[in-house]
Amino acid sequence: MAIHKVLGTETEYGISVRGARDFNPALASTQLVNSYPGRRVRVQWSYEEESPGRDARGFGHEGYGVADPEGALVNAVLSNGARLYVDHAHPEFSGPECFDPVEATLYDKVGELVMHRAATAASELLPPGQRMSIYKNNSDGKGNSYGAHENYLLSRETPFGEVIRFATTFLVTRQIFTGAGKVGSENGRPEVPFQLTQRADFFEEEVGLETTLKRPIINTRDEPHGDPSKYRRLHVIIGDANLSEPQILLKMGTMALLLAALEDSALPDSLDLANPVDACWQVSHDLDLHRPLPLDDGGSATALELQWRYHEWLGKYVEAETDDEQAHALIAAWGQVLADLEEDPMRCADRLDWVAKKRLLEGYIERDGLGWDNPKLRALDLQYHDVDPERSLHRRLVGRGAMQGMFGDAELAKAEVEPPERTRAYFRGRCVSRFPGSLVAANWDSLVFDTGETHLKRIPMMEPLKGDRSRVGAILDSADDAAGLIALLGGQ
Amino acid sequence: MAEREQSRRSKEAEQDTEEEALPVERESDEKLDELLDEIDQVLEENAEEFVRNYIQKGGE
Repeated sequence: MAIHKVLGTETEYGISVRGARDFNPALASTQLVNSYPGRRVRVQWSYEEESPGRDARGFGHEGYGVADPEGALVNAVLSNGARLYVDHAHPEFSGPECFDPVEATLYDKVGELVMHRAATAASELLPPGQRMSIYKNNSDGKGNSYGAHENYLLSRETPFGEVIRFATTFLVTRQIFTGAGKVGSENGRPEVPFQLTQRADFFEEEVGLETTLKRPIINTRDEPHGDPSKYRRLHVIIGDANLSEPQILLKMGTMALLLAALEDSALPDSLDLANPVDACWQVSHDLDLHRPLPLDDGGSATALELQWRYHEWLGKYVEAETDDEQAHALIAAWGQVLADLEEDPMRCADRLDWVAKKRLLEGYIERDGLGWDNPKLRALDLQYHDVDPERSLHRRLVGRGAMQGMFGDAELAKAEVEPPERTRAYFRGRCVSRFPGSLVAANWDSLVFDTGETHLKRIPMMEPLKGDRSRVGAILDSADDAAGLIALLGGQ
Repeated sequence: MAEREQSRRSKEAEQDTEEEALPVERESDEKLDELLDEIDQVLEENAEEFVRNYIQKGGE
């Protein structure tokens, strides 16, 4: 049986200081992280268990040492178990480990709230007339892309070659329902007025370790953030940051199901594309979803037809393997999206960012007689992603009932403060709330405390599903301080 | 293939309700106009400058 698909997202946000002639994005990102007014502890992010240069295909890689020291300068761990930090020239929100796709969707959305609150506070420190604006998108429209990554727990026993074999076509074709939409094309791809995704133009390899150059469809970073003898973590880099809640759920839920089915050998065919890299941008540029993609076996199929195959297989898998209501609801929602896309993509304007955005842009084109090259359309594209609820066009659409939402403000506000209860994020988040003065360093799989003794105390958390509320809730509630916590956990 | 069956079934279901669906479409167009009017109020004033100044460094 497949191991439980613990999952989560890490998103780099676009940052801009409005009203400033020039600004330093790394500095602005630092100001943003330091200004976050919510419950958090600034920590050293300890890298001893991290290994971004280790390759899942089984070899090390010259030139990849520990993570970029610049990126380690500003780090906060939040009381909801998330990490808020500066990654290169972007603020990044890495959500906590979540138990299921609905929870992962909730915490992905919490990232927007955290960014907005941090930007609001940081703006107060700027000179009059300036403010910080933050965008949950993946491209500046000028050839620069930044990532929205998904993470899924896999068994170490799952051969990575099988992941490459079975996930590639899925990731390329899922773009029809994962795209956030973009005006224009980049990175030397053919010119188009509009396309399904922010990211497709930037993918240039089928498989690889890189995330910033020659981006691969399958990223091989072998950094499990857990017991490496038991786990892998699939680091999916070929997705857009989404605003639509049902779309995030669909993106994460279908990927988690595909990987579970893969581990249970329930996928009958890998449906190999003849040229996955070309197919990647071709799918994204195909607004009518009619383009046939050449297959390795000599035939061809559209992205939609290939997604129907996955839908059929995973539907059968769910039917046979689980009573989980979320999984059954996901299969139904996925089928509805595919049927609607097939009938008329505009039917998905209430669920998919790219369709909602296209509807909006076409509305402006028709009303104001604009051409696709009008800067107003690029401005609308950008503003769709603004995390400020007053400016966000996505938020307007949800507010008017034109797009579906899943979570209320109260639910989001709660998740900004409280961690998921069924993963180790619970332990991390609650330690931030209970013992902030003693927590000096953190990582996904450990916490380090200064209890006033000679040596720092390190608590390993190598099991993503342990450290949950049922196991450590009572201990966390009863410990008076970090020393007491460590004593209760049985460590010295 | 079974998945085509499924798709065809949902298409038939949609065709059955097509008559009721039409007025909804029209209402949706009106709503779109209202929405665009609302967005006009919050849209960045100088679109060209806004777009030109939005430059990011690559990340990841």
